[in-house]
Amino acid sequence: MKLPILTTLTAALLSTTALADEIWVTNEKDDTISVIDIETMEVVRTIETGERPRGITFSKDFSVVYICASDSDAVQVMDPETGEILYDLPSGEDPEQFVLHPDNRHLYIANEDDAITTVVDTETRTVVAQIDVGIEPEGMAVSPDGKIAITTSETTNMAHWIDTETQTLFANTLVDSRPRHAEFVKDGTELWVSAEIGGTISIFDVATQTEKAKIDFEIDNIHPDRVQPVGFEFTNGDTHAFVALGPSNHVAVVNAETYEVEEYILVGRRVWHMDFNRDRSLIFTTNGVSGDVTVVDVASRKALKSIKVGRFPWGAAFRPTE
Amino acid sequence: MFNTRLTCAIASAVALCLASAATAQVDVAIHYLKQVVDAPPTLSNLDPIPEDLGIRGAELGAQENNTTGKFLGQTYSLIVTEVFEGEDFAEAARAALAETDLLVLDAPTAQLLAAADLPEAKAALLFNAGAADVALRDETCRARVLHALPSYAMKADALMQFFVTRRWDEIALIAGERPEDQAWAETLERSARKFGLKFGARKTWAFDADMRRNAAQEVPLFTQDLGDYDVLLVADAADDFARYISYNTWRPRPVAGSEGLRAVTWHRVVEQWGAAQLQSRFTKLADRPMLDRDYAAWAAVRAIGEAVTRTGAADAETLRSFMLSDAFELAGFKGSPLTFRTWNGQLRQPIPLVHERALVAQAPLEGFLHQRNELDTLGLDQPESGCTAFEN
Repeated sequence: MKLPILTTLTAALLSTTALADEIWVTNEKDDTISVIDIETMEVVRTIETGERPRGITFSKDFSVVYICASDSDAVQVMDPETGEILYDLPSGEDPEQFVLHPDNRHLYIANEDDAITTVVDTETRTVVAQIDVGIEPEGMAVSPDGKIAITTSETTNMAHWIDTETQTLFANTLVDSRPRHAEFVKDGTELWVSAEIGGTISIFDVATQTEKAKIDFEIDNIHPDRVQPVGFEFTNGDTHAFVALGPSNHVAVVNAETYEVEEYILVGRRVWHMDFNRDRSLIFTTNGVSGDVTVVDVASRKALKSIKVGRFPWGAAFRPTE
Repeated sequence: MFNTRLTCAIASAVALCLASAATAQVDVAIHYLKQVVDAPPTLSNLDPIPEDLGIRGAELGAQENNTTGKFLGQTYSLIVTEVFEGEDFAEAARAALAETDLLVLDAPTAQLLAAADLPEAKAALLFNAGAADVALRDETCRARVLHALPSYAMKADALMQFFVTRRWDEIALIAGERPEDQAWAETLERSARKFGLKFGARKTWAFDADMRRNAAQEVPLFTQDLGDYDVLLVADAADDFARYISYNTWRPRPVAGSEGLRAVTWHRVVEQWGAAQLQSRFTKLADRPMLDRDYAAWAAVRAIGEAVTRTGAADAETLRSFMLSDAFELAGFKGSPLTFRTWNGQLRQPIPLVHERALVAQAPLEGFLHQRNELDTLGLDQPESGCTAFEN
């Protein structure tokens, strides 16, 4: 779907954007990454990856980018300047999503086909631990203090709580059907977990691992079955969450204090994941079925533009170019 | 007498750590009973029916239940019994019911009903994973039987929605002579009328020639007097002659039904909505693609697992009430949550429309709306169903 460009707004925003920062998007069915120049809002580079790239994250200093090449059974480490694959990390089978520990050294990887979370030391390039979790692990998160890692398992319908010191589970909490994504927020006091088929986000109190709230989504004229929360990200200060709602083709804006949905924004088809630009004034959503990225203005909550990328875009990651 | 074996051992006794949710130990026994039916002879032997059809699906479901169960202190055991022709299915069901009240039945309608009508089944929970008969969801429904397998009506409606969307408004049909072929043909015709399509010529396939040699000669003549139509439906439940119709019709028209475009419960070409993961788990286990009845058996066992996980209970009554409530939903890798129809126990589910090499579409198709749930545009909706056993 083509969205109209709101020229005046775009121009205003562009003037405040420093240099040409980038959004990197993995294209699941093209085995490529599309690099979007945030200033021109165009794809400026297309980089080849291993098979079925999904999860993508930069090291804390942005010197390398990690890519889950699911069907190559590898986490690839790429030089973002040259686009060259430097080496593969041992990752276990079918890595789908991962999260980089705040120590900038340990990657926690969900091995979707194996019901395992693999912990890899990116310096020694060795597997430090493998932890049995539920079927189809996917969502990954680490608390800001680095003490807790989370894996959500899509078919077991749980959030598994991992003590990163001992690399063992210390709690398993049920959530609704097909949990997809997890994030620690508010200085690590809350854990949010989206459930794609359940159509909800569960919010846990981290200290007690108990559910304290649940968010439902409802869009006029769209059947609830199609409203499927997957990826989500938080605005500055964790005041609001932007939640991708899959085949409903909308992103919800949730007030993170009241847990109320304030707005639904129409984006491309089957929206998956997203990331912000530098000052979090813009958010870029990957739309799997329409093969594009929608740029949404955070303040006005309006879609500004859609940018054609590769086939089945999945993950998104911000890269500053200073 | 029956070939019974314990296929899924109890999950590892090494307790990882128990969840903060329901931690009480629950042991669930599920008995999968299969009536082995000798398939009628067919013209081609290219696609033999796997002997472990259905069984492997139940096994995968039990494995998955155990993986979830180990975090909750729940274990699942699956017992598989195959009943061969000449043996008494109802007797095997009676023996199974002495051990557990959770049964998954892969059997034709007559045997299914014989098992469901046993006095021992009165308080049990039975899943139909083998009979697509519309009547079982209609006036011959049974209160204790939930249907994991879609009915012929759901499949017929899925095809018709596709024809409406493509404006293939005029339909011709060839049906085999066997009662199942004729029943499938009736269902297709009824569905076509429901969707306002024009049902034209209908012929019965009564050839006994070996079509591997002469389909190219026989089929054009046989289809010459069908007149004009947009799509040719073939009703051939045993997969006997349908494969010889494509490309040999007098008029160049697409073929659907038992050949060409088919409405299925599951197929290897289904990859969206996380299906690729289910496919690869199944292939790893069974060394072959997952088929319709594997999926139905898997869904039945997973529905039990889901209900046990959410309720912490394992008795048939609690599980049945929960499954028929709004709180139940099963993630079935078809893009929508699967739930049970409260009026006849049918598991609501999308119906993939496939050809051998790709998914063509998935019903319900866009634009087929329903006040309750778009999945209820497929099969017997509440006002259409003559089932009263679920009213209480």
